[in-house]
Amino acid sequence: MRDAFLSALTKLAGVDKDIVLLTADLGYGVFEEFESKFPGQYFNVGVSEQNMTGVASGLSLEGKKVVTYSIGNFPTLRCLEQIRNDACYHDTNITIVASGGGFSYGSLGMSHHATEDIAILRALPNMSVVAPCSVREAGEAITVMIKNGGVSYIRLDKTAAEDLHTEDDFIIGKARRYKDGKDITLMATGGILNEANIAANELGKLGISVRVVGMHSIKPIDRDEIIDAASNTGGIVSVEEHNKDGGLGSAIAEVCMDCGITPKIFLRIGLSNVYSSIVGSQQYLRSRYEIDSTSIVNKVINELAV
Amino acid sequence: MVINTALLSQLANNIRKHAITMTSLGGSSHIGSILSIADILAVLYGSVLKYRPDNPNWVGRDRFILSKGHAGAGVYAALAESGFFSKDKLKTHYQNGSDLSGHVSHKGIPGVEFSTGSLGHGLPVAVGMALAAKIDKANHRVFVLMSDGECDEGSNWEAILFASHHRLDNLVVIIDRNKLQSIKSTEHTLSLEPFSDKWRSFGWEVIEIDGHDCPELYKVCIDDGEVSRNKPLCIVANTIKGKGVSFMENNVLWHYRSPQGFEYDAAMKELENGDA
Repeated sequence: MRDAFLSALTKLAGVDKDIVLLTADLGYGVFEEFESKFPGQYFNVGVSEQNMTGVASGLSLEGKKVVTYSIGNFPTLRCLEQIRNDACYHDTNITIVASGGGFSYGSLGMSHHATEDIAILRALPNMSVVAPCSVREAGEAITVMIKNGGVSYIRLDKTAAEDLHTEDDFIIGKARRYKDGKDITLMATGGILNEANIAANELGKLGISVRVVGMHSIKPIDRDEIIDAASNTGGIVSVEEHNKDGGLGSAIAEVCMDCGITPKIFLRIGLSNVYSSIVGSQQYLRSRYEIDSTSIVNKVINELAV
Repeated sequence: MVINTALLSQLANNIRKHAITMTSLGGSSHIGSILSIADILAVLYGSVLKYRPDNPNWVGRDRFILSKGHAGAGVYAALAESGFFSKDKLKTHYQNGSDLSGHVSHKGIPGVEFSTGSLGHGLPVAVGMALAAKIDKANHRVFVLMSDGECDEGSNWEAILFASHHRLDNLVVIIDRNKLQSIKSTEHTLSLEPFSDKWRSFGWEVIEIDGHDCPELYKVCIDDGEVSRNKPLCIVANTIKGKGVSFMENNVLWHYRSPQGFEYDAAMKELENGDA
């Protein structure tokens, strides 16, 4: 996903000289080409995320289109107040990009597990929150966010679902239906959509017809797609590599309640208020915390059996 | 250029009187912090900053950020005195439905460059603005007025490193060095001294002056094109918290207390005595 993001950004920066990329000293072996091609559009601000976000706000108020980059929680939680006061309140044009959503950096430990970022950032007014589900969507997300302007957060994942073969444009707030079905809808955000796709195939073998929706946008969210899933399928199961509190599942539940629609089945698959002191690969931790495809299959069967 | 010291002193006095009235009407805090920067604001708005009140977003303007946002009433007063909006509007400060918030806000207020209130935000943003001016080869300058207590915030030191590394000589920081913060003195709280040396060691040009001496302030703030520093400038302005009202001077009580009744009358009388 990171490579697709950077390749799209490089293309954009070549034609739009107002684009400025700031990194907080992360991206070794990644940004060298961008820096050499566009020296006046790239600054490594050092290990200083608060300053990075303040500088980004100042640059943006002078007309620049700024991308701030780091990994995990560093460009988001470390400088949350700068994002709120400086970036969002001042209606700036800043795209915050974090590489390493969820357990992407699973073995690096709790500090590097980004598992509350979606909830925290979507609480901010003037903020869009996007977690691309596939490699293609990572490139589409940065392209669209720079074009749209405003403040946004793009959460990049190490894993990705297979690209959907579609001619439809990537639209912020418009979900993508990867597979249609009627018994249950799996709604997933980020690379963990891959687990939902695998689970859907497994459930299909058992005769269960599953709709799979990729929710690359958490804010704004696709209300129509949620209402359709709640009304026309057997229920909604949300899947996210994130704490359940305030995440994708919460956002879906808000839409259902606001619209007065109660899906027959509603289940949130995510982390249950834990910090993981246990480390391991992303796949290992997904399995350990029961958010992998096998766990999704088991939980769906369990729900449908009741 | 010759400056009219009497006019600047009168402007500073007007800012002080507005601030006393605004904080009294609103029952709001921070009058001591506003009085300590009144002369700095008067010199900036009365003689140094390039701006156009009829076109607040004029691209060639100098940028000014008040990072110690709690002294926002002083900036509102300076802007009203400089013709950005009516002085009548000042009376709404801190009132229900007003956009003149206790901490400076830009929304709906012509002339306010940036909203602050949480300390340690103004300098990084100013650094971004100064960097943008360098990228665009623009000639305006960026000024930030900070408090000394605010230098406790680590985000400032990130920006201080960045500004000198990138040789942002279009950036001017003015520190309101009144030596008092919200509870005790800066030195009792988290000692800042040797303060100027800290900035110097971070690669800044540092000038220490009397922050109530208008001609002196003008001399160090104005860009006469003769000095090429190749580094950002920090002006440590030694000030007195509560300056201009005898019973407020150097008294930490007036960080939070709002002048009411006889206190208001006494403060206004002292300031009116200072009118030309």
